[in-house]
Amino acid sequence: MSRKQDILTLPHDELEAKQLQGVKETIVACYENVPFYKQLFDEAGFDPYKVESLADLKDAPFTTKQDLRDNYPYKLFAVPMSEVKEIHMSSGTMGVATVGGYTQKDLETWGECFARGIIYANGDQNDIVHVCYGYGLFTGGLGAHYGGLWMDSTVIPMSAGNTERQIKVLKEMGSTILCCTPSYAMHIADTALEMGLDPAKDFHLRAGIHGAEPFSDNFRADLEKKLNYKVLDVYGLTETMGPGVAIECWEQDGLHLAEDHFYAEIIDPETGEVLPDGEWGELVLTTVDREASPVVRYRTRDITRIIPGQCACGRTHRRIDRLHGRTDDMLIIRGVNVFPSQIEDVMKTVPELSSWYQVELSTVDHLDRVTLKVELEPDYQFDEIAAIERLQKDVESKLKSALSVGLKVKIVEPKSIPRSEGKAKRVVDLREGVK
Amino acid sequence: MIEQITVFLENSEGRLAAMCRTLADAGVNMSALSIADTADFGVVRIIADNPRKAVEALTGNDYRAAITNVAAIAVPNEPGGLARLLETLDSLKLNIEYGYCFSLQGDAAVDVLKFRSADAASEAADTLEEAGFRLLSQEDLA
Ligand SMILES: [Zn+2]
Repeated sequence: MSRKQDILTLPHDELEAKQLQGVKETIVACYENVPFYKQLFDEAGFDPYKVESLADLKDAPFTTKQDLRDNYPYKLFAVPMSEVKEIHMSSGTMGVATVGGYTQKDLETWGECFARGIIYANGDQNDIVHVCYGYGLFTGGLGAHYGGLWMDSTVIPMSAGNTERQIKVLKEMGSTILCCTPSYAMHIADTALEMGLDPAKDFHLRAGIHGAEPFSDNFRADLEKKLNYKVLDVYGLTETMGPGVAIECWEQDGLHLAEDHFYAEIIDPETGEVLPDGEWGELVLTTVDREASPVVRYRTRDITRIIPGQCACGRTHRRIDRLHGRTDDMLIIRGVNVFPSQIEDVMKTVPELSSWYQVELSTVDHLDRVTLKVELEPDYQFDEIAAIERLQKDVESKLKSALSVGLKVKIVEPKSIPRSEGKAKRVVDLREGVK
Repeated sequence: MIEQITVFLENSEGRLAAMCRTLADAGVNMSALSIADTADFGVVRIIADNPRKAVEALTGNDYRAAITNVAAIAVPNEPGGLARLLETLDSLKLNIEYGYCFSLQGDAAVDVLKFRSADAASEAADTLEEAGFRLLSQEDLA
């Protein structure tokens, strides 16, 4: 057991030494074995043999999902095909799929990374790990499966679907850890309630390791209450391995990166500049010891930050914050990066506001003007005009301090924010010269 | 106390007319309409014969409308009538949010007042009735 936890409390400078060693080997292996990387590094004037510190990696060029697509299916593999034991693929619904290969050692690393979720859930070989992520090319099912095996726990490979059977197993076979998407966990809970069961009592769950979709704090609280367990958020993406890149510990205060296997940077998505700890930006990952499908400075397009300071659990691996959306959603307002989720965070603190809003960008006297249009809560008493003006001012000052940029708040009539498929169009850009 | 209809409107062209049309189509007869507005939005206050029906028609058409309880006081048709009413209220030092006047059936004027709290409203009502003013009820407006 202890061999499995020592690495998690390794002093951070030792961890960094391991990362540097691994990153140097990774970039050299990429340069020597993958034509794409040779060309990429050469064109950028980046010399992989001259990296002396982790900070030097900032001179390496980024890679993107498009690069992975362009090299479909096997052109980015850094080992001969005979060493590749398994293939996974992203769904590719929007175009060409991205492919990841795993050597025997890569599969072990993956299992080890996911198993940390079980460790963070204070679990061990006595746990029964119920996996109802889909098995197959999607990395969820087998990632959780390998995690359970690595931990010497008992794995029940349910895969997704057939909810009544999931419920029967959860009730009768004593599953203690549930691995699936948060929405499927909620579906299981609600279906069990409809069937007249009380999953909080009839199931035996201690923890859920849920990821692949964003979920709110309220959603988590609701789920934890219904299933009487603790929900840990897991992060990962097929392009860099699958679930297990980072997982929440029992403190639920950020997700510990598997820093012995991944080197993380947070960058300004606009300038590409590396940001200091604590600042929000795009997560960029470099694999430390991936053999078949290494990636160098892969732009995840996920928005998060490195949480400064040490976790109360005592583990040394740095934490990323829960995801704050995608770079695709980012707005640049008077040179400041703003994410719709930051606006939502402010709105949540004002009970008079409904969750229906729209950000309208326009140009007034050659300057960006941003208006947050928002509908009121149905119960809000709007009889007094001064109170509505106070509310607008209050929200404006809260936004200003949260975003460092001024937005005008405009209270609008009910249903004036256009709805499509139950979701509002969040941003309307009417600025000159902006498509 | 009577029921006033309060409507939140954005300041956009034709919005007020559209709202009035909605009320007309619902067969609501208005006695008074007053608007308080800013550059962005307005709050419209309406006295009508059937406030519940009016609110139902408006919310059914995606307007933000609600019932607000206000005091309606008949202002005596004599010199200094309104002055005496306001002086009586002044002496109570109550917190009044807003007020407006309209005339009912041609001659008598009605002063509408919104007090900050229900307690203030009932205290004012007692004092005004003692001073000889007549407070209107919903039936007086029908
Ligand atoms: Zn921790």
